[in-house]
Order: sequence, then C-alpha cells, then structure tokens
Amino acid sequence: MAAAQGSSASELRRILTLWRNVRVQRFVGQTVFAAIVIYVGYLLISNMSGRLDQIGLSLFPFVDTTGSFPFISVSGDFLNQRAGFDIVETSFGYDYGPNDSYRDAYFTGFLNTIRVSGMGIVFATIIGVFIGVSRQSKNWLVSHAALAYVETFRNVPLLLQLIFWYVAIYLKLPRISNPLDLDIAIVTNKAIALPFVSPESGFGIWMIVLLAGAAAGAAAYVVRSRRQDATGLPSHPGWWALGAFGAIGLIGFLATGLPLETDTPSIANRQVIGGLQMTPEFGALLTGLTLYTAAFIAENVRGSIQAIPKGQTEAAAALGLGSFQRMRYVILPQTLRILIPPTTNQYLNLTKNSSLAFVLAFKDVFGTGSVIITQTGQAVPIIALLMITYLSLSLFISLVMNTINSRLKWENA
Amino acid sequence: MLKRYIIPSALWLMATIFIVIAACGGDDDADGTATPTDTGDGTGTPAQTGEGLLATVLDRGELICGVNDSVPGFGFVDPDTSENTGFDVDYCKAIALAVLGDADAVQYVPLTADARLPAVQTGQVDVLIRNTTMTVSRDAGSGLSFATTTYYDGQGLMVRAADGYTSIDDLATATICTLQGTTTELNLTDRLPDSEPLPFVDNDTLQAAFIEERCDGWTSDRSQLAARQSAYPESAGGPSALVVLDEVFSKEPLGPVTIDNDSQWFDIVNWTVIGTILAEERGVTSANVDDFIADPVNPEIARMLGVSFEGGDIFDAGLGVPPDFLQDVIRGVGNYGEIYERNITPIGLERAGTVNALWIEGGLIYSPPWR
Repeated sequence: MAAAQGSSASELRRILTLWRNVRVQRFVGQTVFAAIVIYVGYLLISNMSGRLDQIGLSLFPFVDTTGSFPFISVSGDFLNQRAGFDIVETSFGYDYGPNDSYRDAYFTGFLNTIRVSGMGIVFATIIGVFIGVSRQSKNWLVSHAALAYVETFRNVPLLLQLIFWYVAIYLKLPRISNPLDLDIAIVTNKAIALPFVSPESGFGIWMIVLLAGAAAGAAAYVVRSRRQDATGLPSHPGWWALGAFGAIGLIGFLATGLPLETDTPSIANRQVIGGLQMTPEFGALLTGLTLYTAAFIAENVRGSIQAIPKGQTEAAAALGLGSFQRMRYVILPQTLRILIPPTTNQYLNLTKNSSLAFVLAFKDVFGTGSVIITQTGQAVPIIALLMITYLSLSLFISLVMNTINSRLKWENA
Repeated sequence: MLKRYIIPSALWLMATIFIVIAACGGDDDADGTATPTDTGDGTGTPAQTGEGLLATVLDRGELICGVNDSVPGFGFVDPDTSENTGFDVDYCKAIALAVLGDADAVQYVPLTADARLPAVQTGQVDVLIRNTTMTVSRDAGSGLSFATTTYYDGQGLMVRAADGYTSIDDLATATICTLQGTTTELNLTDRLPDSEPLPFVDNDTLQAAFIEERCDGWTSDRSQLAARQSAYPESAGGPSALVVLDEVFSKEPLGPVTIDNDSQWFDIVNWTVIGTILAEERGVTSANVDDFIADPVNPEIARMLGVSFEGGDIFDAGLGVPPDFLQDVIRGVGNYGEIYERNITPIGLERAGTVNALWIEGGLIYSPPWR
C-alpha cells in the first residue's frame, strides 16, 4: 500500500516535472499552434472545394481525385485542350500558335514573364548602381539630378508610370504610315526594329567553336590571374580572356563560311518585318519596371556606401588611388555584403510587379492565366497555379541571391 | 548551405500534399456531412431548402448586378449624372423590380471581361448582365447558366476610314485590337489566322492605341463597335473617321448569367426577361400597364400581370416571387421595345429588320407561352 502510494506520488511528480519542463512546454505549444493552423486551412479548403462541387467544378481538375491517392491525370485535363487564342509576342524563340494547348499558352506567358523580369533585373541593377553612386558625387548637379530621379520614380505609383510610358511615350512614336526610317533601324509605334543577324548554314559548327573559345578564354583568365597573384604585376586577365575568345570566335566565323546573315528590318503591308523587334507594350513594361525598381536599388546602393567607414576611403586615398579606383576596388566590393539582402527584395518586387503587364496588352503569365480562366471557367485551379508559379520564381531568385550572399561573408572574403 | 533549403522545401512539399489530400476530403464533406439537407431531397439545390440567392437578395434588400461601365448603350456610366445607364443596366433594374419592387435597389459592380465569370462563380454578383456571349463551354463547364438572350449580336471589324480597307480579308496580316478573354478574341483567330491580335483589358486603353494607329483594326461585337464609334473623340476625327466593315463573322447571343446550382433564381431572372418580351408582343407598355391591370383584355395578359381574368383565380406560376411581379417591372423599365429604344436606338443601331426585332416582325425575339 505504502509502496503503491509512493509510486503514484513519484508518478505525479514525474508528470509535474514533465509539465514544468520548458522544452515540453515549447513542444506542446508549437504542436497546438500547428494543429490550429492546419485545421483552419483545412476548413477553408474543404469549404471552397464543397462550394465548387455544388456548381459542378473541381478544385484540382488536373488531379485525379477518384483514386485512393491523387495522381496527375492525363485524359480529361483541361490544360491539354486547344487554346484557340493567339499570343503574338513570345520569348526565347518559343513557338506558340492558337492550335497549341492551354498548357503551351501558359508556358508562353511564363517565358514572357521571365524575359521581362530578367531584363528588368539586369537594367535596374545597372541604372540603380549608377544613380546610387551619383548621389554620392561631390558635383552638385550630378548628386541633385540623381536625387530628383529617385524621388520622382519611387513616389509615383508603378501602374501610373506604366500607363504613362505606354500612352504618352511609346504610342506617340511615329505611326506606321509615316515611320522614322534611320536606314538601319526603323522606329514606329508598332515596333522599334534594329538590324540583327539570322543564322545560316554552318551556324551550329560555329556555336561549337564559340564554346571552345569560351573555354580557352576562361583558361587564359585563370592563368593570367595566377600570374598576377604570384608576381604582383598587372596581368589584365579580363583582356586576355576577351582576346582569346574573340580571336577563336573570329577565326571560326571565317572558317565556317560566315554563318550569319544580316537581317535588316523593313516595312511591308503596314507591318514591320525582320530585324530585332521590340513592341511598344514590352518596351513600356520594361522601361517602367526598370526605372521604378532602379530608384529603390539606388537608395540601397547609397545606404550601403554610407555604411562603409570613412576610414576606408581615406586609406584608399592614402595609397594613391583615384576616386574611380577607390569606388571600384575598395568601396563597392565591401558594399555588396550590405547591398544584396535588400536588393533581393527589389528583384522579387520587380518580378511580381511584372504582372501589371495585363494593362498593357503584353501577355505575361498572369495575363495568359486570366484568359484561360475566362475561356475555361477554371478560376480556382488557374489562380492556384499562378500562385505556385510566382512563388517558385521568387524562391528561385532568393536561392540564387542567398547563395551569392553567403559566398560574400567575411570568412570567405 | 544546402541544409538551409531542405527544411523549408520539405515543409512546402508537405503543405502541398496536405492541401491536395484536404481537397479530396473536402469533396466527401460536400457530398455527405456538410450539407445533409441537400442530399435529403435528392436534387442538391439549395434553392429548395430556402437558402438560395432569392432569399439572400430579399434579406439584403439589394440586388448585386455585374455590369459593364464602358460601352455606351449597353452598360455605361453617364458622365453627366455619374449613374449607370444602358440596356443591360435596365435589365438589372428589371430584376430588382421583380424581386424587391424597387428599381434603385441595385448595387452595380463594374467588371472586366476577365473578371466577369469568376464574379458569378464566387457569388460576388447575383447576376451578370454584361454583354456576355452564351457558349456551350461557359454554360456546361463553368458552373454558369445563361438566361434568354436579350440581344443577338455578331462580331464585326472597325477600321479608320482613311486607311482604305474595304473588306475583312484586306486585314489578313494586320494588327487587330481586341478585348482580352472574350469570344471575339477566339473568333478573330479563327477568321484571320495570320493577323496579329493585340488584346487589351479595357476599351479605353484599346481606343488610345487605336487612335495612335498601333493597330489597324478593332474587332468586337458590332453593338460595342457602334457604341464606341458613336463616342469616338472629335480630336481623332469623330464617328465619321471610322467604318464598321459589312461582314459579320460570328454569332454572339448576349444575355444574363447566373450561377448553375440555383434553378429558382435562374427562373426568376429568365422569366423577367421573357416577361418584357411578352409585354411588347401583347402591346403592354409602361404607359398603359395600369389600364391592362384594371382590364386585362385576354387571359394571357391577366396571367402575366398576376391579375384575375373575369373573376377567376389569380395565376401563380410558382417562381417564388409574387404573381404580379411583372406589373412593377413594366411600370419601372417598360417592355423590351421600350428598353431597346431608350438605350440602343440612340447609339445608331436601328432595330427594324434585324434579328433583334420581335418574331412576329421577322426577328428572333420570342417569348415562350406564359401559362
């Protein structure tokens, strides 16, 4: 009896101790929280699914829910149906026509999003760094021009800027009936066309030669860098690499019998034909996104330059470096560590903001998804697909930027 | 380094799988436990359990109607009074009169072509009356129902007169502006496969691009083209600077749209439209409806207006609204012909001799019997 009492008392003590254990408390708290989140999510989704079921739609029509576990079904998948609408502007040479499926249409839009976001990120970075450095200039005009730029572009809504670029700038370019023909380039509000090259026979072989040239260039870069590190003499690895690549490329170009043909734009039948073309819709979107995001990147650049202790500039000056060299070799490399996390945010913003393309008749992934919704009525699955698309794109950009960032940490420097 | 991505990725994967499984579970709920009353009567329509849109609208005291706000004559915000006006808007008022007896008890929700069908599916609007074409996939595959056609339209192509185009084939490789997410976008690709469609989300940006000659043609339903032509800015040459080419290359029957699972609500919308047509056929107008209420000259008019014919019982079709609901409708907005003349005739679309004339005058506007 006494033994039993003792054991139940120790049992009680054990439970109480367990309950007072902070690790147990945390575990229980987090489990309860997770359960609540999952239950609320379950309620929301089952409600939506039930409502859709009532009007004869399925939440996941591309998932076969009749089986014991959902598998992607091949037949009965509405995304495989003929799209029937055309998308004139495609990216990276992707071939799309109205006889292709909704899936192809969606992919065409996705590539368009990638093209405008990718180009936007590159240009916004270049302009942003330039403006950000200019704001630090001792020249009054330069620094205040940069200030005016930043304050104008980041304080006007992006949608308004996009419509401004489209309606007030790009649509006001010369009309097709009275084009601005610069002999090599053609400027109209249907397209701005520059001469370009189109591949001829032997292009494939030349591409292989170019790859070899790139490898040779990389090798030259490594060899010259090592020499510079070893001897301290300026060895210009960049110029050597470029020279090796250029020389091999040129020899290959001549040896394969000039595999490129110049493609000069022309106007026929009220359309601009040939050359490298940019539509006003794409132009307005790219200009708007680039200049808007560049204003924010410029502020990031300015802030991170100011965060570098002044002693660094003074030390560089004491070494006899000029103002460009101080910026290029001492200050900017150090700012990268501070600059990359907030700039990643701007890259994500630019990518997501590219969905505003829908006001400009440029078919990005969001615009294409909207068309598929009206043509098929499958709103919920397409919206879900769009969310997954943008989420994946953003996570990919974050992954790349975080990888770069982690390589720039102090211990690796 | 990689470890930092494994845990978030795993969580993301788990969440996705969970959502998919929950979705399947959700289906079971809808069939079984969540709505037991629906399965009880074997039809699954909430209308029959008194939970349909009719009850919702009556409770709210207001009809939420999805409309267009940029097509003069059909759905347009009058710049002088900033009120919604137009043919489609008048049908919103007709439904509000039928259900609530008040033409002003309407909340108008302007919708883009893209957003209009999801707005009905999600219940954002009770009814969509926004020049929406009836097609089999929208009707069958989208959870929507199309009521009686109010306007038989067809697709046309509008060009600038100065460009000298005379037939649609002249624009085989031209750039053609259209609205995104419409049937006209699809028809254009069928009719002119080599043309370059330029789809906009709204008519105003489209018009700006068209004025600047970004596109050579403008395709839409001919009613919309006529409406936009009538309002073409004088600075760009006014209506006479534009020509709508003769060829009509599609059928565009436009009518009200409701959600698919509420047959009672659908019937009210449908028979309100039919009532306006029947009223015109029987010569009942907003001006003389009270005379007919006092003395319905034949039994069908008596049934339609919900009054007694020569002392007999009042006819109630069982729509769920009072049998005399058409009295308010006709008094408030008039019959089909009056609605047409008030809204569509002013934008230059004559009715006589077209498919939108009454069937007794050679058109397609026809009312099933009211009995």
